[in-house]
Amino acid sequence: MATKSAMEIDTVAPAFRTKLRAHAVNMSFTREGKNLPVLENIDLDVGEGEFLCVLGPSGCGKSTLLSAMAGFFAPTSGEISIDGEIVRGPDPRRIFVFQERGVFPWLTVEGNIGFGLAKLSRSDRSRRIGHYIKMVGLEGFEKSYPHELSGGMKQRVEVARALAVNPDVMFLDEPFGALDSITRMVMRGELLRIWQAERRTILFVTHDIDEAVQLADRVVVMSARPGRVQQIVPIDIAHPRDISSTRYLELRDGILNQIGLAHGI
Amino acid sequence: MKIRVWLRPLLFLFVLLAIWQIAVLRHPQQLLPGPWKTAGGIADLVQHGLLLKYVVASLFRVTWGFFLAVIVAVPLGLAIGWYPRVEMAFNPILQIVRPISPLAWIPIAILWFGVGDLAAIFLIFVGCFLPLLLTVINAAQAVPAVYINAGRNFGLGPFALMRRILYPAIVPRLMTGLRITLGVAWLVVVAAEMIAVNSGLGFLIVDARNAGNRYDLVVAGMVLIGIVGLLLDTGVRSLEKAKPLRWGYVDEG
Repeated sequence: MATKSAMEIDTVAPAFRTKLRAHAVNMSFTREGKNLPVLENIDLDVGEGEFLCVLGPSGCGKSTLLSAMAGFFAPTSGEISIDGEIVRGPDPRRIFVFQERGVFPWLTVEGNIGFGLAKLSRSDRSRRIGHYIKMVGLEGFEKSYPHELSGGMKQRVEVARALAVNPDVMFLDEPFGALDSITRMVMRGELLRIWQAERRTILFVTHDIDEAVQLADRVVVMSARPGRVQQIVPIDIAHPRDISSTRYLELRDGILNQIGLAHGI
Repeated sequence: MKIRVWLRPLLFLFVLLAIWQIAVLRHPQQLLPGPWKTAGGIADLVQHGLLLKYVVASLFRVTWGFFLAVIVAVPLGLAIGWYPRVEMAFNPILQIVRPISPLAWIPIAILWFGVGDLAAIFLIFVGCFLPLLLTVINAAQAVPAVYINAGRNFGLGPFALMRRILYPAIVPRLMTGLRITLGVAWLVVVAAEMIAVNSGLGFLIVDARNAGNRYDLVVAGMVLIGIVGLLLDTGVRSLEKAKPLRWGYVDEG
C-alpha cells in the first residue's frame, strides 16, 4: 500500500449507503440576549453500519450535534434525516448512550436493560435481557443496583440497555470519559466486539484522538466553536488495530497536525 | 458495643427521671406531677381501656388525613413540577397559603364538617398536603435531564414519563418529605383533638385538665404522644433503608 498522508486520504470517497445525513445544519443558542453560534454549516453523511467518531475540543458543539441528530432538539436551520426521513424527535430506533450517569439508579441491572422492552412478553423480555447481560459480561449482577456497581459496569449497563431495543443507530456521547484509563481501553475493545457482531451504525463523540483512531471507520475532526467540519479522515486499518503501527501513528499525527498540535507537547 | 449504644441513652433517661422525681418531692407546690405519678396515670388509662382506644383513635385520624394528602399531593406535585407553566401559575398561591398554620383552619374545619373525625382528618390533610406538594414539586424539578431524555428516547409519552421516570426518581426525596410530614400530622392531630373531637390523645390532655385537674393524665398523654411519634418516625426511617431506595442517600452522602 502506498503511504499517503492523512490530508490526501480526505479526498477518497467511501462507497456506502447513507444512513444518516446532516445537511447545512446550523445551531445557535441565545445566552443573555446574545446570539451564540454553536454549529456552522455541518454537512455529513454517515453510512449504514459505519462507526463514525466525531472528534473535537471541549465546547466545539460536538455533543450538541449528536443531541440534535438524536432528536433531542431541532437545529436552528438545515436538516437532519435518517433513512431519508427528517428527524423530529427522539425515537427508540436510535438510542443515545450518555455517560454512565444515564443509568436509572432506582432499577436493577435487569430492570435497566429491560427498560425499553415493556411491550414484549415476559419470557421474550427475560430472554433478551439475559442475552445482553451476557454480551456485556454482567452475569451474576442481574439483581444489583447501579450504586453497587463500578463506573465501567454502569457504562456496560447503559450500552446493553441501548442494544436491547435493537436500534439501527447508536449515539455515544463520550461514553467512556468518566472511566479510568484501563477500564476505558477494555470498554473500547468490548464496544468494537459488539459493533462487529451487530453492525449497527455508531456515532461516537470524543475529545480523545487515540480513542477516535482506534475505533472509527472515519474520524470527523471539528474545529473549535463555532463547530465546523474541518476534515474527515478515513481510518483504513483493519481491526484489531496495532496502535504502534506506522499507519496508525501516521493517521493520528495527521489529525494532531490538523488541529494544530504538533509533535512533542 | 451494641449494648453500650443502647445502654447509654437509657441510663441517662433514668438519671433525668430520678432528678425529676427528686425535684417534685422537694417542691411543696404541685406544679408538675412526678414520673411516678405519671406512670400511675398511664396505668390508670390502661385499666380503663382508654390507652389503646385513644392511641388508635389518634392514629386512625392521622392515617386517613396523611394518606389522603399523599394520594392527592404526589400526582399533583409531579404534574406541577413537570409543566413549568403550571408551576408558574401555582407558585404564588402556594407561597401565600404555605405560612398559614393548619390550626388556623380549625374554625373552617368545624364549620364544614362539624365536630367529629372528619374535621380532624381534614385538618391533618391540610397540614400534610402543602409541605408534601412542595416537596414533590421541588424534587420533580431537580430530576436530572439525562433521565428524562433517556425516557423520551425509549419512546415514553408524558404519562409514562411521569410514572416510569419522574416518580421513581423522586422517591428518596419523597420518603424524607413523608417522614417530616408524618411528624407534622402527629402534631396537628393533637391540636385538632383538643377542639374538634372527644377521643384521642389530644382530647385526653384537655379532658384530664377540665375534668378535675388530673395533671398526671395530662403528662401521661404527653409522654404517649412522644412515644407514638418516635415509633412512627422510626417506622418511616426503616423504609428509607430499603435497598431500591438506598441510591438516593448514597449519592447525596
